[in-house]
Amino acid sequence: MSLAFLMFLACGVLAISGAIVLILAREPIHSALALIQVMIALAVLYVLLGAPFIAAVQVIVYAGAIMVLFVFVIMLLNAGSEERTDFSQIAKYVGVPLGVILIFWAAHWLWRSPAGRAIGTATAMPAASTRALSVELFRQYLFPFEATSILILIAILGALVLARKEP
Amino acid sequence: MEFISQHPVLVASIIKIAVLLFIVMTALAYLTWLERKVIAHIQSRWGPYYVGAHGLLQPLADGLKFLFKEDVTPPVADKLVYTLAPFLALSLALSAIALIPFGPPNILIPGLGQQVFAITDINIGLLLVFAITSIGVYGVALAGWSSNSKYPLMGGLRSSAQMISYEVALTMSVVGVVLLAGTLRFNEIIAGPHGQSGYWLHFVPRWNIFPQIVGFLCYITSAFAETNRVPFDLPEAETELVAGFHTEYSSFKFAMFFMAEYANMITVACLATILFFGGWLSPFPDSWTWQKFLPGAGLVLMGIYCAYDTVSEMRGIARIQLAVVSLLCLAAGLICLVPSVATVILGTFWFTTKVLVILFVYIWIRGTLPRFRYDQLMSFGWKLLLPVSLANLVATAAWIAYGWVRHG
Repeated sequence: MSLAFLMFLACGVLAISGAIVLILAREPIHSALALIQVMIALAVLYVLLGAPFIAAVQVIVYAGAIMVLFVFVIMLLNAGSEERTDFSQIAKYVGVPLGVILIFWAAHWLWRSPAGRAIGTATAMPAASTRALSVELFRQYLFPFEATSILILIAILGALVLARKEP
Repeated sequence: MEFISQHPVLVASIIKIAVLLFIVMTALAYLTWLERKVIAHIQSRWGPYYVGAHGLLQPLADGLKFLFKEDVTPPVADKLVYTLAPFLALSLALSAIALIPFGPPNILIPGLGQQVFAITDINIGLLLVFAITSIGVYGVALAGWSSNSKYPLMGGLRSSAQMISYEVALTMSVVGVVLLAGTLRFNEIIAGPHGQSGYWLHFVPRWNIFPQIVGFLCYITSAFAETNRVPFDLPEAETELVAGFHTEYSSFKFAMFFMAEYANMITVACLATILFFGGWLSPFPDSWTWQKFLPGAGLVLMGIYCAYDTVSEMRGIARIQLAVVSLLCLAAGLICLVPSVATVILGTFWFTTKVLVILFVYIWIRGTLPRFRYDQLMSFGWKLLLPVSLANLVATAAWIAYGWVRHG
């Protein structure tokens, strides 16, 4: 077992356990913390896959910006702990089996795919450089990139209009 | 033993981390001493004086006091998050320092090819430092929330709002430097092909502070806000919020927040040195070979001054303590005067000197400026700093696009 594989196992366990805690926790802040744990574990997985730039961006944008806003809003509203409801009957008899089937189906499909068969044999991929990524982004995908930024700008303007005080 | 021979790089890294941790912890402790001394002298006082000669043992005494105080956890606090917050704050603050190169990359551990003065030298170093500092806000915010008390909550809210706002300006202000250098790797920002080595007009060092003076001013202002220091220490404004987010903390958990604040100060000072002041580059040309004796000569001079002080001023046990200090200074100075040692430590000497100057400015400003009001703080960040740093970014990009610097 290589160190990279041990890291993969550790981060996988961290990500999955964080996701479970996120659903089961009753305090909103605990859920938010668990979500941050999932995101940071995913970032480490990106590093192991040879994409350190994406990992850093994942941490900066998701863990560092979006989740800070989540925590901020939870603190500001001082949200109380959630109330438990009875487990829905449909979820119990249809949802759980469907979920299990989905997991096994995805695992089977991954195992059969070329990427899946390469598990354990693949060595670390060459790190995608920041320059290569930006060349792709600003040459080949320039239009979607600019369109997304205009979309975000529109969203910001919308938020401003909604939050504006009435004169 | 087998493990060591199989993973030499891992073992070397762990040793480097341990040494760096020791140095940084000592630096943190003595930074508090320096701060108290400098502020005292600004206010015409003596500062700590009685624990050790010139109060030199004061940080040690403070640490022991924090260790042995009762650790009170408020009964209504969220125990898990309350305990997690100081650990989060301190560990994130310390791990950012692991990415800083303290000396030139050409000095290697023999036989391993590992750099001596940097724990890692990765190609997205700058981005990763920002990633780590961007999660640092959780320490403060969660401490404020989990205390379950109104002043900490207000402090935590203020600090999260402040840190999110100023992080934008902080990141924007250094993009100009990244554009000039064309890389995110620290050692290339310092001495890469478009780095900061060389001179303008044969005597002005090619440091980024000169073309990026606007970026530097934006950076240092947002760095003050990001580390919650005066004049932006609203999260712990004692006249309004008792002590802000750490009001309910006591004993070593309080000390951990304290240490995290000083570790963050060191990190932003190191970043400023790397990005704007040429990192471990010397301000003098390489042809001035005598400069490699500067660190040794400085230490010897300090030792001589301490010895003079020992004889003329100190009495009793302080005399013995200062004598030890002066002997240590003299011995370290003499070691640094050996030419082979002097060549190796020169880069680190310049790096440390620049960082110390920036830290001094930090403390100086704390002793000089009053605190902002909260609405002033927010409008300053969003309405002045952010537009100015964006304008700086656009100007730098245009500058490079029209080929007014030495690369396209």
